[in-house]
Amino acid sequence: MNRKYYGKVIFELSRHGRRGYSLPKNGCDGGLDGIPEQLMRSSDPVLPEVDEPTVVRHYNNMSTNNFGVDTGFYPLGSCTMKYNPKINEEISSLPAFTSLHPFQPSATVQGALEAYYMLQSKLSEIGGMAEFTLNPYAGAHGELTGLMVIRAYHESRGDMARTKVIVPDSAHGTNPASAAVAGLKVVEVKSLPDGTVDIDALRPLLDETVAAVMMTNPNTVGIFEHSIPEIAEMVHACGALMYYDGANLNPMLGVARPGDMGFDVMHINLHKTFSTPHGGGGPGSGPVGVRDGLQQFLPNPRVVKRNVSGDSTFELDFGTEKGPHALGRISAWLGNFAVELRALAYILSLGRDGLKMAGALATLNANYVKESLRDLYELPIDRVCKHEFVFDGLADKSSGVTTLNIAKRLLDHGFHAPTIYFPLLFHESLMIEPTETESKETLDDFIAVMRDIAREAVESPETVKNAPLETPVRKPDDTAAALNPIVTFTELQNTAMA
Amino acid sequence: MSKTYYSPSHEYITVDGNIGYIGISDYAQKALGNVVYVDMPEQGDDIEAGEDFGAVESVKAASDLIAPVSGAVLDINEQLIDNPRLINEDPMANWIIKVEISDPSQLSELMDEEAYKAHCEAEQH
Repeated sequence: MNRKYYGKVIFELSRHGRRGYSLPKNGCDGGLDGIPEQLMRSSDPVLPEVDEPTVVRHYNNMSTNNFGVDTGFYPLGSCTMKYNPKINEEISSLPAFTSLHPFQPSATVQGALEAYYMLQSKLSEIGGMAEFTLNPYAGAHGELTGLMVIRAYHESRGDMARTKVIVPDSAHGTNPASAAVAGLKVVEVKSLPDGTVDIDALRPLLDETVAAVMMTNPNTVGIFEHSIPEIAEMVHACGALMYYDGANLNPMLGVARPGDMGFDVMHINLHKTFSTPHGGGGPGSGPVGVRDGLQQFLPNPRVVKRNVSGDSTFELDFGTEKGPHALGRISAWLGNFAVELRALAYILSLGRDGLKMAGALATLNANYVKESLRDLYELPIDRVCKHEFVFDGLADKSSGVTTLNIAKRLLDHGFHAPTIYFPLLFHESLMIEPTETESKETLDDFIAVMRDIAREAVESPETVKNAPLETPVRKPDDTAAALNPIVTFTELQNTAMA
Repeated sequence: MSKTYYSPSHEYITVDGNIGYIGISDYAQKALGNVVYVDMPEQGDDIEAGEDFGAVESVKAASDLIAPVSGAVLDINEQLIDNPRLINEDPMANWIIKVEISDPSQLSELMDEEAYKAHCEAEQH
C-alpha cells in the first residue's frame, strides 16, 4: 500500500482561457439568430478550463484513490458487494439502448420494452410473485412503493384503521424510515437472542390496526427465519400483509421464494443480488413484486405484452382500466433502465442453475470465513449462517481493541472494512459478507489477516488502535464531517483561507 | 435534595421536587460514540412515559430517546443544538430536557444508581 494520495479538485487545475480542444472559426453568420433573448446566457458558465492531458491525468489519478470490487475484497456485510461481470456493462452500454429517448413511440423501442418485460417476468419467477414493477429507483424507494401498495390495498377494502407497520429491531434502518414516509406508524418487535423474531412478542401486537409486518429473510444477522410460515399465518389471520425486504435475497436464489414463504409484497435490490455496480450512492434499482390479487395496486406505467394477429408487441400501459386504487407514477418513466439491463444480462448469463449456485456459494463462503475465525472473534449466534454473519468484536477484549480499530487495521492490509456497529443487537458488531464471487485464496488471505490482527491486538494493541497507518488518508474526523460537512469547492477554499 | 433515576433504555432523570432533568447516561454516551445531533421536542410539548420524545444521533447510530416519565417540557438544553458533543463531555451535567413530572409514582418503576449499574453490567454480556 502506502499509495500517494491524489487530492486535487478539477477547479484547482483551471487556468483562464485554457482549452482542451480547438474549433474551426464559425463560418455561419447569424448562427444564434432566432433564439429568444431571455434564453441566451449573459455570462459564460463557470466551468474548469483545462487542457486534455491534465483532464485525463486528473481523473486517472482520482480513480486510484478509490477502492472498489474491481480493486479488492469488499466484505461489507449487508451490502452484497459481489463482482459485477463486465458483460453486464457491455450490454447496458449498447448504443441501441443508450441512444433511446423516453418520448419515442413504443413501436420504435420494442427491444427495450421487451427487455423490461422479460426482467419483470424473470423476477416474478425468482420471487414467486404474480407481477413486478421495475420502476422504483432503489431499495428504500421499493420499500416505500411496496408500503403504498399495501396501504392502497387496505383502503380499497374500506379498511382505514390499519396505520401500523411492525418491524423487527434487527431491521435495516430503511424499514422504519420507509414506513414513516408512507404515513404509517412504526412498531418495533424484539428479537430472540439468536437474532430471529420473537413470535411471543409479535403475537400481542397483531390486531386490526396493523397494515403490514416487514421482514428480512435471512435476517440482518444472516440467520434464516425458520418460523416464517407460522408468522405469515398469524399476520394474515389479523388481516395484515407480509412485506419481504429483499436486501438479503442473495442466498435464497433458486432455493426458496418469498412468495412461497407467505409474503404478499416484496422488493429486490437489483444492484445487490443481481450484480450491478453500487456503493457510490447509486444508481440502484428496487423492483417491487406482489402476489396474485394485488397487481391492480402497482404503480404505472407498466409494460404489457399484446398479441396482435400472431405477433407479440410490447406497450406502455398507464393503467386506465385498473380502477381507482392503482398508484400513479413513482418514478420518471421506467426506473433506472440501464441498471435493469445489467440485471437482466446477469440473470440470462447465469441461467437457472448458475443463480442457484450463486446463492449456495455465498452461503458456503460466509460459513467458511465464520468457522475459520470463531476461535479468535466472539460469535454471538452459533448457527449455520446464510450469506453473512456477525461477530461481536474480539473474543478476548482485554486489550481494549474495538471493532472500529479492527476495521481500520484491515484497510492497512488492502481490504475494505466489513460493516461495523450494525445490527444494533450487539455492542461490537462486525458484519462480514464475503459474497460468492471470491476465490478460496482471497478468503484465506482475509482470514490470515484477521487472525494476524487478533494476535496483534494482544501483542501490540497500540498499533491496532492507531490504525490505519498506511492509507493515503489516515483518520478523517467523522464527527466534524457529520457536524460541518464541506461539500463544495467554494466551502473548501473558504475553510482553507479561514 | 435531588435524586437520579435510570430507565432500562439508558435515560436518566434527576428529580428535584416535581421538576425532572432528562438526559442519557454515561454508559449510553460511551456506547453511542461522538454525538453529532440531538433531536429535541419543543417547550410546552407533552411527553409520555415509554414513548419517544426525540433522538440522539452519533457517528455510529441514531437512537430514540424514551421518556422515563410523563410530563410537560418546561425547557430544552439549547446548547446541544450547536454543540451536541457536550453530551459526551459530561452527560449528567448536560441534560436534554427539563420537565414538570405529571405522575411522580412513575418514578418507582425506574432504577436507582446501584440497580442501573447492575443493569449495565448485565448488558455488557
